[in-house]
Amino acid sequence: MEELVSGFGKIGNALAAVAIVLAILLIVFFLASRAKGRAQGPIAGLVFLGPAVLLLIYGLVVPAIRTTTGSFQDANGKDFVGLANYGWIFTSPGNSTFLVNTVLWIIIAPLLSTALGLTLALLLDRMKRESISKSLIFMPMAISFVGAGIIWGLVYEYRDPSQSQVGLLSQVVMWLGVDDPPNWILWQPFNNFLLMIIMIWIQVGFAMVVLSAAIKAIPTDVIEASELDGATGWKQFIKVTIPMIRGTLIVVLTTIMIAVLKIFDIVRTMTNGNFGTQVVANEMYAQSFVAFDVGRGSALAVILFIGVAPIIAYNVVQLRKERSVR
Amino acid sequence: MSVEAHEIVPIPSNLPEETIPEAARRRLSSPWASFVVIVITVVWTIPTLGLLVTSLRPKEDAQNSGWWTFFTDPTATLSNYSEVLTGGEVIPGGITPYFFNSIAIAIPATVFALVIACMAAYALAWIPFKGSTVIFFAIFALQVVPLQMALLPLLQMFNKGWSIGPIPIFPDLNQAGSAQSLFAGTYIPLWIAHTMFALPIAIFLLHNFIGQLPRELMEAARVDGASHFLIFRKLILPLSIPAIASFAIFEFLWVWNDLLVALTFAGGTQDVAPVTAYLANIKGTYGAQLHLITAGAFIAIVIPLIVFFALQRFFVRGLLAGSVKG
Repeated sequence: MEELVSGFGKIGNALAAVAIVLAILLIVFFLASRAKGRAQGPIAGLVFLGPAVLLLIYGLVVPAIRTTTGSFQDANGKDFVGLANYGWIFTSPGNSTFLVNTVLWIIIAPLLSTALGLTLALLLDRMKRESISKSLIFMPMAISFVGAGIIWGLVYEYRDPSQSQVGLLSQVVMWLGVDDPPNWILWQPFNNFLLMIIMIWIQVGFAMVVLSAAIKAIPTDVIEASELDGATGWKQFIKVTIPMIRGTLIVVLTTIMIAVLKIFDIVRTMTNGNFGTQVVANEMYAQSFVAFDVGRGSALAVILFIGVAPIIAYNVVQLRKERSVR
Repeated sequence: MSVEAHEIVPIPSNLPEETIPEAARRRLSSPWASFVVIVITVVWTIPTLGLLVTSLRPKEDAQNSGWWTFFTDPTATLSNYSEVLTGGEVIPGGITPYFFNSIAIAIPATVFALVIACMAAYALAWIPFKGSTVIFFAIFALQVVPLQMALLPLLQMFNKGWSIGPIPIFPDLNQAGSAQSLFAGTYIPLWIAHTMFALPIAIFLLHNFIGQLPRELMEAARVDGASHFLIFRKLILPLSIPAIASFAIFEFLWVWNDLLVALTFAGGTQDVAPVTAYLANIKGTYGAQLHLITAGAFIAIVIPLIVFFALQRFFVRGLLAGSVKG
């Protein structure tokens, strides 16, 4: 009961904060709209764009610069150490695990998610009733990585083969005739793939929904024309469908790639990076907030940045092309 | 000016769901495709079903037999839920305060991000000034900064203030004589951090929509002497409801499901930490108590699932606006 009272109090405070911020905005709007003449435009621009630009500078631009400089400093952020932190990342013998794992994640998880999503989108296109399936496959998108970790922890739960099984995966392989299934989460290096399956489980719905819309947006006459030319089935898929949705495919693939690169929650909840499953993002968290080595943590964050940069740069180029067409 | 705005503005729909004539779809539909999709749907749903079933089983059952045996030997209880909600013998603290924290974090964070992003999107789309295109691309490109890169500096800013040499650019919020920041134990750092991190994608998505509203409408309003502020409140906001709704759902789910920002800025205390932090914590500490972990996880995912199923159309539209271009 007490908890409920304090809980509603918290929500009340939160709503009050929203009301206050909105009220301040309205007052600023009111004052700024009284400006007359030539000052009108610039003042409006400042009021509308100012908050966003300030927040972005404080929240992203300056931190990014500080992290970059921090990556050249020692654990306490005091002395300049040159490239020592980067040297540590790439030469310390234990670190090859998280580097290799991250590369595997970036390649395997996006490709499998997109491939499965595309398959589903194509199949859904040939179904009469698709909405229920679509919703259910899409549903994991709404579940947090932590929640997903617990859901899949249950699937991968290990019990000695002599006991009654609790984990679904062990039970299924035992039904299939394997007498002693491994302790999945400790099963190196395959445990990495078991963690990736969680990510794929979450991302396939996204890929499916987006690709399905792209497939449906292909003009019917294009499909009909290709059929008149004798293209059906596989040939039609390779020569017509894929080229028509190429742009969307790349967007889906890169979106999942960025998500995977920053993947942190799944590894943290499932193994906390133990048993050979560490990845860059979780190592970065461990270095910064567990080992309190700000220099190494920052250098790892910069590595993530360098990983994402080409993908975003590509998207910016695409966007500019589109804009110039308009 | 007496135009009925909603009559003359076609709401851009990115969901070309009904573009293929029914006849063509029926011709394409195949029982084989349906079968495969149904199999995948079942596989995709089973892990979540396992979570729900386990959370309803008594402790001994949950720990000693697989959840699928529930269907041959059904014994259900709600005691796991009552223990997780209020705390009990095994886990001293319940999830309830964290649940309220999640609401109190997610609602303001969503509103702030939306309001500020809408304002910026309007300025970039409809207030002509030099450099607006450059700013737009710069904001889009800021997606390149991984969360991980911004966390540490932002945390320092909230705790110790920032200065460039002697010039303070963010005040030191420590109360005189105490090592505690004014922000400590409040949601404020979380709201600000989530708002900052949401802005690049939010501004991009909303700009896509707001920029496509009819030019004649804006010009007519300007000719009638309406200020930018009036146009924003009376035209832009009402007309952008579909886009706002999509992004609101997107952002709400993202904030609700976030773990990284929560762990960094809220720690694990029940004063401010959200359900994800609670879950990650009990998963680590009481991992063997499957019946309680699953009940907690279900409580944590039920709100996003309701939001998701109730508002799926908007959510999908938001996703597509960000991914299917042209």
